[in-house]
Order: sequence, then C-alpha cells, then structure tokens
Amino acid sequence: MSSRLFVALCLVPLAIFALTFLALPIVRLILSSGEGEAGWGIYLQILQTPRYLTTLVQTVLVSLAVTLVALSVSTTAGVFLTRNRFRGRAVLLSILTLPLAFPGVVVGFMIILLGGRQGLFNAILPGHVVFAYSIFGLFLGYLYFSIPRVLLTVMAAAEKIDPALEEAARTLGAPQHRVVLDVLLPALSPALIAAGAIAFATAMGAFGTAFTLATDIDVLPMVIYTEFTLSANIAMAAALSVCLGVVTWAILFVARMFSGTTVAAGG
Amino acid sequence: MQLAITLLAAAFLLVPTIQSVLAGLTVNYFQGLKSGLTLQWVIEVWRLYSGSIFLSMGIALACLVVTLIIGVPAAYAMARNPGRMTRALEEFISLPLAIPGLALALALLQLYGSYKGFRLSWTFILVGHVLYTLPFMVRSVMSVLAAIDLKTLEEGAASLGAGPVRRFIDIVIPNALPGILAGALTVVTLSIGEFNLTWMLHTPYLKTLPVGLADSYASMRLEIASAYTLIFFVMIVPLLLAMQWASARAQRMTQ
Repeated sequence: MSSRLFVALCLVPLAIFALTFLALPIVRLILSSGEGEAGWGIYLQILQTPRYLTTLVQTVLVSLAVTLVALSVSTTAGVFLTRNRFRGRAVLLSILTLPLAFPGVVVGFMIILLGGRQGLFNAILPGHVVFAYSIFGLFLGYLYFSIPRVLLTVMAAAEKIDPALEEAARTLGAPQHRVVLDVLLPALSPALIAAGAIAFATAMGAFGTAFTLATDIDVLPMVIYTEFTLSANIAMAAALSVCLGVVTWAILFVARMFSGTTVAAGG
Repeated sequence: MQLAITLLAAAFLLVPTIQSVLAGLTVNYFQGLKSGLTLQWVIEVWRLYSGSIFLSMGIALACLVVTLIIGVPAAYAMARNPGRMTRALEEFISLPLAIPGLALALALLQLYGSYKGFRLSWTFILVGHVLYTLPFMVRSVMSVLAAIDLKTLEEGAASLGAGPVRRFIDIVIPNALPGILAGALTVVTLSIGEFNLTWMLHTPYLKTLPVGLADSYASMRLEIASAYTLIFFVMIVPLLLAMQWASARAQRMTQ
C-alpha cells in the first residue's frame, strides 16, 4: 500500500461520521425550518412576532451583561494570579477553574443553593431573599460558568506579557491606573476579545442552566425547547436553532481571527 | 482590591459546591448541621439512580473508543497535509463546539428521529457525545503531531523498510501519546458531564448522570439532589484535574 493511499484511508472514518451525523443533520435542520406554514418567511416571522423579538433582545442583553462582568472579574483575578506568587495560589487557581467541567444543570443547582427558597441568602438575610429563578439568578448562573473560561484565556495571555513593560511605565512616573489602561489592557486585548466572544457565545446557547432556573424567563434556548416539545412547532424551533447556531458560530469565528483557539462548550 | 475581587470570585464559585456537599450529607438541611451527618441520602441516590451512573460511564468509555478510532488516524492525516483543506475540515468538525448542543440535537432528531431502533437505543446518545468530543481529540493529537518532525522520522523508518501501517503504529502513535492521553481525558470528562445534547436525545429508559441530575433537581428533596451532585463531583473532579495535568504536559511538548 502506498503511503499516500494510507494517509487518505486515515480520513475515511472521520469523513463518514462527519457527513452522516453532522453535515446531513444540519442540512435537514435548515430545510425543516422552511417547511412550516410560513415557508422561508418564517425568518421574517421571528422578527415580527413580539414574543420572539423580546426573547432575542433579552438573551442578547443577559449575555452581554455576563460577558462584561466576567471579563472585568476574570481579568482582575487573572492578572493578579499571574503577577503574584503566594501560598494558596494553586488552590485558588483550582477553585477558579474547576467549574469548567460542570454541566449547565449543575451550575443552575449551585445558584439555587445560593438564592433559592432554601438557599444561603434566604437563610442568613432577614426577609424573603429569593433570586435564583429571576433574570438575576440566570445572570449569576451564566457568570458562574463564564468566570473560569475567561480566566484561563486571560491568564494564558497575561503570562506572555513582559513585566518589564509595566516597570518601565512606572519608572516613567505613570500612576497605576495609567499602567493598566495604557500598557496592560492593550497587550491583553486580543485575549480579551477571544474570551469575551467565548463568554457571549456560551451564554447565548446555554440550555442546561436556563433549564434548571428559568421556568418562566424567555431566553432563546428555552423558547426553542418549548416550541419543540410543548407546541410541536418544529419549523419555528428549527428556524430559531439555525439563527442561534449562526450567531454563536459567527461570533467565535470572528474572535478566532483575533487570537488563537477558542473553545466555548457547555453551559 | 485585586485580591478582594479574586477571593470574592473564588467564594462565589466555591460556596455553593460546599453547600451541596454538606447538604448531601446532613440529615435535614433546613435544620442545618446540628441535625447530624448521614450517608442515607447517598445510599438513597444509589438506589434510585445507580443505573444512570453506570450508563454515563459506559457511554463515556464507548465515546472514548469511537473518538480514538476516528480521531487519531484523522489527526495524523491532517497533520501530514497541513493546508487550506485541512483547516476547513478542522473548522467543520469543530462546528459542534460553536453551535449550541440544543440545535445539534434538534438536527439529529429531525433526520434520524423516525428510525425507532436507532432513536431509542443508547447509540443515539453516543452519536451526540462523539460529535461534541471528537474535535477535542483531533485537535489535541494534531497539536502534538504538528510539533514533532514527523516527516523526517517517517522517512527514516521508510528507508529501513517500514510500510505506512507499520510507521503509523510504531512511530506516529508512540509520538502522539501525550496528545492522545490529554484528548482521552478530555473526551471522558466532557462525555460524563454532557447535558445539552443528551437531554434532547435521551429516552425515559436511558438517563445519563446529568439527565438524572436535572430530574432530581426538579422532583427530589434538596438533600437527595445534593447527594447526587456530590457523587457527580467525586467522579468529575479527579478527571478534570487529570485532564488539566495531561493537557499542560502535552502543551509543554509542543513549545
């Protein structure tokens, strides 16, 4: 057997699998979205139906808020952990990255433990403090799984920045906030864009967390789920899925052009 | 200030996990720790849900076998032919990382939902898990193979008379091992925790661990849900630590 033939054969299992279970199902999904009563006009219908439009806006707003907060928290923590060596640093780092492997449902449960009816805040604060099932609970849930993702990306980039640059700026008399604004953030910006895109795309598509928390909050994945299971509105569920998939893929694609690999996954 | 934010973030992530561990081990969470510690909830969870735990382990192992068979040879072929085609293929098989699991599951259901024999079997869930984990295996192996001088090694072996299959087994696989290990741990960790696809693909008779978790969050008392989560943590945390160790090791090799 020639070497070239062997290398080609190595790709065959992947090609068969990707064609059967990735390419064809995606084509089927796109076709399904046009098979409803409205035909391809269904995409216009999304924009014309207030419920879908509100959902879309709400999902984008929550995801944006999560992205901004996760970026500021994780950048602060990430830069701090790269710049300082102290006892307990490794433990702190583990705590901040372990939730990476928690499925969205578990993250939802974590928020219920904090802000649910039997939650920590309800137990220690006077009055009835229950926020787990509100949009704020959803925000906290998304933040929970975004912090580790953003942190890892930021830290990988922060380790590559030469501390001498900051020292130089300080020697020239720059106050701390100027050092951060003029040296640190510009050097980190590709990583921040990538991390922000990961956080945003993950939050947009997060189903598990929303499923546990958001029984009456309309976010896009929940609406797709109810359209499919309760209303049996297959075409609309397919159309909304296509929109969601295109948006999250495009965001990550653009982000990858700014900096190396991005892995969203989960939520 | 920086330290305060770091500690606050860590507390936000850590406190509920501790709560869940404690709640899973206390007699009555509402009364608190003074009601005493017990293993009764863990035993109860085992009685109710042990099937889901074994199903998840089985699917994770099957998923590992499939991703090894599909992913390792493919990563080799892609590392041998770097170029635009390979990048496009990598981008394509990575789509399941960018497209939400819910949308992918809908796509699979639309196409294969009517083939009942397939739809109702555990292999339907397996397909979803392979879709989602395969890119991690391929990328992990590819990055290690890209860092070594594969061509020279293979030419050397070929000049000594080794055919392509022999070279793959004796040269490519041993050299790719750190990447295969990192990829394998990632695949198992992600498969055990996968929910978004699985929730749509599962049947009432085939519940994986995260599906069982969602079920217990919705319908069981807090202690049982917590004990179940505790079992999940005990499974996933060592896997995640091993995965981070193996990935860091594989990454050091590529630098």
